[in-house]
Parts: sequence; structure tokens; C-alpha cells
Amino acid sequence: MIKNIQKTLYDKLWEVHLVKQRTDGSSLIYIDRHILHEVTSPQAFEGLRIANRKPWRLDMNIATPDHNISTDTKEREAGVDAIPDEVSRIQVKTLDYNCDYFGIREFRMNEMGQGIVHVMGPELGASLPGMTVVCGDSHTATHGAFGCLAHGIGTSEVEHVLATQCLVTKKMKNMRVTVTGKLGLGVTPKDVVLAIIGKIGTAGGTGYAIEFAGQVFLDMSIEGRMTVCNMAIEAGARIGMVAVDTKTIDYFKGRKFSPTGDTWDIAANYWSTLKSDENACFDSEVELSGQDILPQVTWGTSPEMVLPVNGFIPTPEDEPDPQKRQSIKQALSYMGLKGGMPITEIPVDFVFIGSCTNSRIEDMRAAALIAKGNKVANTVKQVLVVPGSQMVKAQAESEGLDKIFKDAGMDWREPGCSMCLAMNADKLGSGQHCASTSNRNFEGRQGTGGRTHLLSPSMAAAAAIAGHIIDVRKYGVQP
Amino acid sequence: MKSFINHTGLVVGINRSNIDTDMIIPKQFLKSIKRTGFGANLFDELRYRDEGKPGEPCDDRPLVTDFPLNQPRYKGATILLAQENFGCGSSREHAPWALDDFGFRAILAPSFADIFYINCIKNGILPIVFNKKIINNFFSEVHKKEGYELTIDLDNQSVLTPSNAFKFSIDQFSKRCLLDGLDEIDLTLKEIDTIKAYENKHMKKVPWVFGAIK
Repeated sequence: MIKNIQKTLYDKLWEVHLVKQRTDGSSLIYIDRHILHEVTSPQAFEGLRIANRKPWRLDMNIATPDHNISTDTKEREAGVDAIPDEVSRIQVKTLDYNCDYFGIREFRMNEMGQGIVHVMGPELGASLPGMTVVCGDSHTATHGAFGCLAHGIGTSEVEHVLATQCLVTKKMKNMRVTVTGKLGLGVTPKDVVLAIIGKIGTAGGTGYAIEFAGQVFLDMSIEGRMTVCNMAIEAGARIGMVAVDTKTIDYFKGRKFSPTGDTWDIAANYWSTLKSDENACFDSEVELSGQDILPQVTWGTSPEMVLPVNGFIPTPEDEPDPQKRQSIKQALSYMGLKGGMPITEIPVDFVFIGSCTNSRIEDMRAAALIAKGNKVANTVKQVLVVPGSQMVKAQAESEGLDKIFKDAGMDWREPGCSMCLAMNADKLGSGQHCASTSNRNFEGRQGTGGRTHLLSPSMAAAAAIAGHIIDVRKYGVQP
Repeated sequence: MKSFINHTGLVVGINRSNIDTDMIIPKQFLKSIKRTGFGANLFDELRYRDEGKPGEPCDDRPLVTDFPLNQPRYKGATILLAQENFGCGSSREHAPWALDDFGFRAILAPSFADIFYINCIKNGILPIVFNKKIINNFFSEVHKKEGYELTIDLDNQSVLTPSNAFKFSIDQFSKRCLLDGLDEIDLTLKEIDTIKAYENKHMKKVPWVFGAIK
């Protein structure tokens, strides 16, 4: 039998980073970039200190606070020592202390470069194509958008990577999700990934590294590819990735930590090889047609509970599987919704535009395009627009987007994770519905008893203006 | 790492699929910089009728009385039974820390989220995958018989009932780490020469990866 030497992108990145294949089936892989934040690192640093260990190398690590910090301008200007919540203050100060203690490069709370880990990493060129990237955060797959082998790890693994620059892991299986054709007017990368999750389910990608392929991804911006890869974990896959193309290479030119001169040419040359071979074999293949994808909205408490904007909320009685029927019942009860109602009848109390999924400059532009010249409906209590990083914030302000949002009655905030996980003061009250560009609609995710509807930035802005879920295509503009 | 060899314990079931890490330990408790003390807030929003706050005692909080963990018959349970995709969501290791702190030593479900599975092993909690039929059978036994216990024998990869033995699979590396309670960092650092040799080779292949971040 002739051995098939055709490899997937994931196979190639795995091989390049394989330090040792052990006889017990585990593998040691080398980690090129390790991004740290305040929530999942303190126990790892403490572990190093207790065992009297040091980081293996410093130049592979980069840190920033994002999960826990306030997005309120006045609170941010007051600085770390003035963080009102004591537990939060200790956590942010602990990151600063640990980075100083061990000598790790940190972009501090109000420093240019700070931002949500998965926004600031690529933006600074700290994560680059072809790297292995890990972070104590499940949305690390974001970096796969430019041909990285990137995934989330737990705190024990954070400590392990700090101490050894390696990770003990097992190779995943390969899955390819191909989206063919072109997207319709008003359909965004967020809608693409929600439609994929709707199709394969929240455990559909468990055990796999997913490669996103097809014309829709070729046409998509790097920011858009990040949005899709970001939510691979919501389809169960730790890893999501897109092959490198000229757009990828152009994206990284001139970034703070990108190579320059001759090294740039060598790097760009190498990066251009980072794609699956033509006849590479995938363990699983899924295909969607871009034309069939409409703007998406989640109605329930799991990202797979998603509908096109012209859809109707499911009725438990119509579901034959008893376990699923029970899940639908539970979700309807939690969300305060009735089966059979059109999704556009869901009223919105809050709108959140931000998170590592949708807080990049083009997300801000898409939301601003809808907000421009409009006013937030008076039934909507608050609209938070939270840029993903200091750099996104500065860029948006230079384009006057902040003014558009403020004129529409929206709050323009400081960069951070904010209401995506509600660790800081930005959270929902019980029973409140939120149109949110974040990635998880789990029970209590955005505040105890809060009800999250995931959608794209333009759909979120449209909901803010209408006061309920609405088809953004009614606004007649291409977001 | 805490070792896991054999364990016999009371079983409690939460008959839901997609139990996510936000359910296991809600976000407000992630502000802690410690690994311990999360047990009182395990499944906080499912267990209590009010909103939990970090650092506040839970003894006098109003309970959701029909939540399994609150029922007297399951007091002291150490084996958790659940449905598909248990532990989906975030990579927060606070989830297994909370389960461990509460006293759970093993979780039985038809499937687990990948990151959560690894995080459990690192904390000496054994996640065991059985098909849905076996899991549903355990659920009905737990429901029928008060004080229902199971015995887990990791070395033989078996879950034992008085009348039956159910074999499960686990990768050999995780098994060895659990049985021996090994420190994985120590284990990796034994290969320091291999890592250094790799690093030198890698530095030549992708020099821009090194030295850029200062």
C-alpha cells in the first residue's frame, strides 16, 4: 500500500512542533506563544514559586489584563489601585506583580497595546502564522484564523507551559468545514459560525481540529476569520483554523512584533506554505452553502439553539428525542419564551457589542453603520459598545465611530471582556434579554438570570434601535 | 497531582446535557487567586435561590430543594453522573477545582468537553465515558436505590456494581499520572535535553518566533 503523504494544515503544524512522541501515546509539543491574563494565571505563577521554578523562556510569553477590569472610563482612569471591588483589584495587581517578578512582558490596564487577549495578540503581531499559541482561555482558537495551531488550556497547563515551553497533549482528528459560494447581503462571519454550530451542534467538533475552507473563507477578512475560529469551541472543537493566503501575510506586515527586513521575506515565504495539501484526508467533512445562510440569532441557552432571523422558536412537542425535548423545555423556561413565536418578537433590554468574537475594528464599523443617524429605542436600558483593545479604540475614535455610537445613545467604553462573561460590573439583571455579539448564551453567563441572544454586530445595533430582534437587512445597507 | 487508584462512593446524578463551566462555577467566583474554596459555590445558580457572591458564607442561603446535590439522600456523594458534553464552555480550571473541593472524585457521562476532560485529570478527578445506554441505566439505578454506590478500579479500568463490571477506556499517559500521582512538570523536565535540542533546531527554522517580545 502506498502511504498517503498528503497532509492537512493541522498535520503540518503538529509535525513542525512535535518535540517527542512518547510510547504511551502522549506527545510533547513546543509552544511558540503563551498569552496570559489575570484570571487563569495566578495559581500557575504561585505553583512555579512553590516549586522554585522559573519560566523556560521569557520571550514566548505576553500578558495583559482583560477579563475582570472595568470598562468604565472614569474607573479606568483612576488606575489599578482604585479598582473598587477588592477581589478584582487583587487579581489584576497579582498579574502585574507576577509579570514583574518573573520578567514577563505585560501590557498593563491603561497601556497602549492592552486589550482582550485574542484581539491584542494578533494586532501586535505577538501571535503570527504557523505558531503554536496557547492561553488559559478557551477562545484561543481565534489565532487559528491565520494558520496557527492555537487552543485554550487550563491553569495546570499554563504552569506546565511556563516551566517547560511544552505541552503534553494528544493529536486531534481532522475535520473540514467547507462553506461554498457567496454570502448574501447583511450576512456576516458571525452568522456563518452560528450557522455551522447550528448544523453540527455544540459537541459536533469534540475531538477534532476544524479547518474552515471554501470560497466564503477565501473572501473573508482576517478579522472575520478570527470571529469564526473564535467560536470553534462552541462547536466543541478546541482548534479552528483557516489556511494562510496573501491576505494573511498582508495583515501582519508592519505589526509591532512582526519580523522585518530579510527575516520578513523568509517568514512570509514559509507562511505561504501553511495550507492543507490538495488531497489531504479529513476524518470528517461538513459542507454548507453560503447562499443559504441568513442572519442568525440564538433563542436558547446553548449556541446550537440558533435560528435564522426569519425563524420561529421551537416547540418541545415537535421534538421526538426525549433528552432534546427536555433541553428545549428547560431553555424556553429559562429564557421566558414560548414555542412557536417568531424570533423577531423577542424584546431587547440590553445590547452588548464587544467580546473576543466581535470587538475588532470592522465589527465597530459594521455596528456604527447601522447606528449612524439613529437612536436607541427608549425601551432599551443600555447599549454597551466595548472595543477589543486600546488600538481598536484609538482607530475607531480616529474614524469618529465613538461619536456615532454616543449620538445614537450608546455607551462607548474602555477595552476588556466586559459583559461577555460579566466578571466586572457590566452585567444583566435577572430576566433581562440581551442582544449580544459575544460567544456564549449559557444560563447566567451575562449575569444571574440574564437571557442572552447571540448575533452579529450589525444585528445587535439594529436590535438596539428597534428595541427587539430584527432582520438587519431591513435597514437596506451592507454591514 | 493527586493520585487516583480505587474509589467507592455514593452516586448522584444531574440529568442534563451540555452542563457548562459557567453552571459548574459561575464567573463571579473566578476572581479568586487560590485553587481552593470553590466547593461551596459549585453549581451555585442551580443550588441556591439567591445570587452568590465571592467570599460570602453559603450556610444560610436559600436552597433549591429539589436540586440533587441538596437532597439529603445524596449527601456525601463522590461520584457524579451526567449527560452529554459535560464541562463544555470555558477552559477555567476553577470548574474541576470546585468539583474536587466539593468532594467529587469521578464523573460518569456519555461525553465530555475536551479541555474540561484534561483539566479533570490534572486534578485527580477521573472522567469516565460510557455509552448513553449504560449512563441511563446508572441514572435509573440511582433513582431507584437510595444509597446507590459504585466502585471504580482505575488499574483494571472498570466500574463495578454488585452484579456487573463495566470496562472503560483511558489513555495510558493519563492513567499512569493518576495512578502514581505524578508531577507532570517534573516528568517533562526529565526530557530537558530533548526539548533543548528541539528548540535549537526550531530557532533555525523559524528565527522570528524568538526574541521579538521584550
